[in-house]
Amino acid sequence: MKTLSRVYMWVIFALLYAPILVLVIFSFNEGGSLSSYTGFSFRWYGELFRDSVALQSLKNSLFLAVSSAALATLIGTFAALGLDRMRNQYLKGTVNSVTNIPMMNPDIVTGVSMMLLFVAVAGILGISDILGRWTMLIAHTTFSLPYVILSVLPKFRQFDPSLREAAMDLGCTPAGAFFKVELPHVLPGVISGFIMGFTLSLDDFVISHFVSSPDFQTLPLYIYNQTAHNVKYSMYALCTLIIVTILALLLLVNFAGGIGDRSKRRKEATK
Amino acid sequence: MNNTLIKLRSIEKSFDGERVLCGIDLDIHDKEFVTLLGPSGCGKTTTLRIIGGFENADTGDVFFDGERINELPAHQRQVNTVFQRYALFPHLNVYDNVAFGLRVQKLKEDEIQVRVREMLEMTGLRGFEARRPATLSGGQQQRVAIARALINRPRVLLLDEPLGALDLKLRKDMQNELKRIQRETGITFIYVTHDQEEALSMSDTVVVMANGRIQQIGTPTDIYNEPVNAFVADFIGESNIIDGVMPEDNKARFAGHTFDCVDGGFAKNEAVDIVIRPEDVDVVPVEKGMLSGVVSGVTFKGDYYEIIVDVKGFKWMIETSDYVAPDEKIGLYIEPDAIHVMKKSEYSGKFGDYSTFSDEMDHLSDPDAEVSENEEEAILS
Repeated sequence: MKTLSRVYMWVIFALLYAPILVLVIFSFNEGGSLSSYTGFSFRWYGELFRDSVALQSLKNSLFLAVSSAALATLIGTFAALGLDRMRNQYLKGTVNSVTNIPMMNPDIVTGVSMMLLFVAVAGILGISDILGRWTMLIAHTTFSLPYVILSVLPKFRQFDPSLREAAMDLGCTPAGAFFKVELPHVLPGVISGFIMGFTLSLDDFVISHFVSSPDFQTLPLYIYNQTAHNVKYSMYALCTLIIVTILALLLLVNFAGGIGDRSKRRKEATK
Repeated sequence: MNNTLIKLRSIEKSFDGERVLCGIDLDIHDKEFVTLLGPSGCGKTTTLRIIGGFENADTGDVFFDGERINELPAHQRQVNTVFQRYALFPHLNVYDNVAFGLRVQKLKEDEIQVRVREMLEMTGLRGFEARRPATLSGGQQQRVAIARALINRPRVLLLDEPLGALDLKLRKDMQNELKRIQRETGITFIYVTHDQEEALSMSDTVVVMANGRIQQIGTPTDIYNEPVNAFVADFIGESNIIDGVMPEDNKARFAGHTFDCVDGGFAKNEAVDIVIRPEDVDVVPVEKGMLSGVVSGVTFKGDYYEIIVDVKGFKWMIETSDYVAPDEKIGLYIEPDAIHVMKKSEYSGKFGDYSTFSDEMDHLSDPDAEVSENEEEAILS
């Protein structure tokens, strides 16, 4: 039974990660073929870094990921704060559900509807080509927002309101109490919200496909365009780099979440 | 104890349509140790929060040092608070918790260091500077909370059931400690508790509250010896409260006998409540007693026996150092100054009869009831 469960586990892992593993291995392949591994080399990585369009897309992607995650974190944190302080329970529930809809909505619907919105606004304002960097930023901020709220809101809920009163009692203004006492408490949630927004923005393809323009391409769009016609092996190298980045960020998210959990557990242990 | 520091005038407060305070008038003097005493839900915590600036009164005024401070927010008031569950900042260590108030005032770090050291010394926390609150015991957390509140050198320290979460032994130690700190610093303490023993042993002035109203204000001995109504008599210690009449001054008639007493000033034959403390009744042979009755229960309490005596259907509680057997017929003797006469009030007839008294039940039901009601109050406020 024990060996069976172990075998089962490895089969699942193989199914999940074998394709990725193949991709990583062949990104280091000397020759340009998928059928034979001719030797270890950084050839495709070299080629990737000489590809100016790829580098521009990478820059675009990073700009977009950082700025949209930062915006979403800022807006989302204050949205969570507002949601937490809302007195009316019905209104609170409604607002909460509404903010969650974008998470459940299929990306394609979000993408199409965003494109329609932007085009309509462009029509009203009389702008000919609105799609590009800024529409991408708005779209990415929008779909990251509910994830930020989701990770920050529980931290606000856990916060003991008498700590806020204690801070004000000791002379803090209400704003001072928020920044000195409440923010440090919710910070792990804010950080993991930011990282989540960053990764979501980095690997989004569907929504970006609808709201971008040819002169503002992100990496996923670029890779798609490259591989749709004939496979370029430098794309393997690019994908490997993306996987490594995402993996590192995921570990970071868990780490940030873990810090909050551990201090909470310690508090409970002494009770 | 000369000048009035805090004045509350006809304070009223409701939460969700429920009246919590119905007209509180209270004067608190400089350097006084005042205790707000009452059962859960009597409004004592709400009164404290109004003084601290965490709640606003619906009507009425709060004066501090002669100035009306109704609208002054909490962070601008010269009072500091020790919160019920300490409310220490979990992300800061002991030193930074205590230094918090001084850092808000933007004092120089070297001055902060001197004052924090001094405060940690006074509260017995030396050596704990680098510890996080979560790693401290309840008593230590309590000390940090006190040090943190006192470092701002407030005019008034508000304490909201600060010892509620500690065990009995530690609570006694902390009571002495608090009393010492109050004497050393000369700061006015306003202390909220439901523990009458704590209130009597620590305070200069006790304010007994019930149902959102102040029942009595006085020194601990006044409150104990001269309760104004049945509620106060029952809440502060054990008491036998009997219906009686005053045929004339210095005479009280109850339980079918006319007693000499030392109270007067009532109308002729006015109906009154008579309070007699269990320790003030002497057990004597039947023929020497003013009253006689049958012992219906005896409980050994260590240094005395607590006995329940049935006198014509009314059950008295009596504390005596001599053993009496159950079902024995005994006489009761009461000195004139042991009889305290009170005017009739809304609480008459509700307290002071031990016919339903059961020692076991008391112990079983008490702690839980207290905790849940406390939390209710906390949520309400």
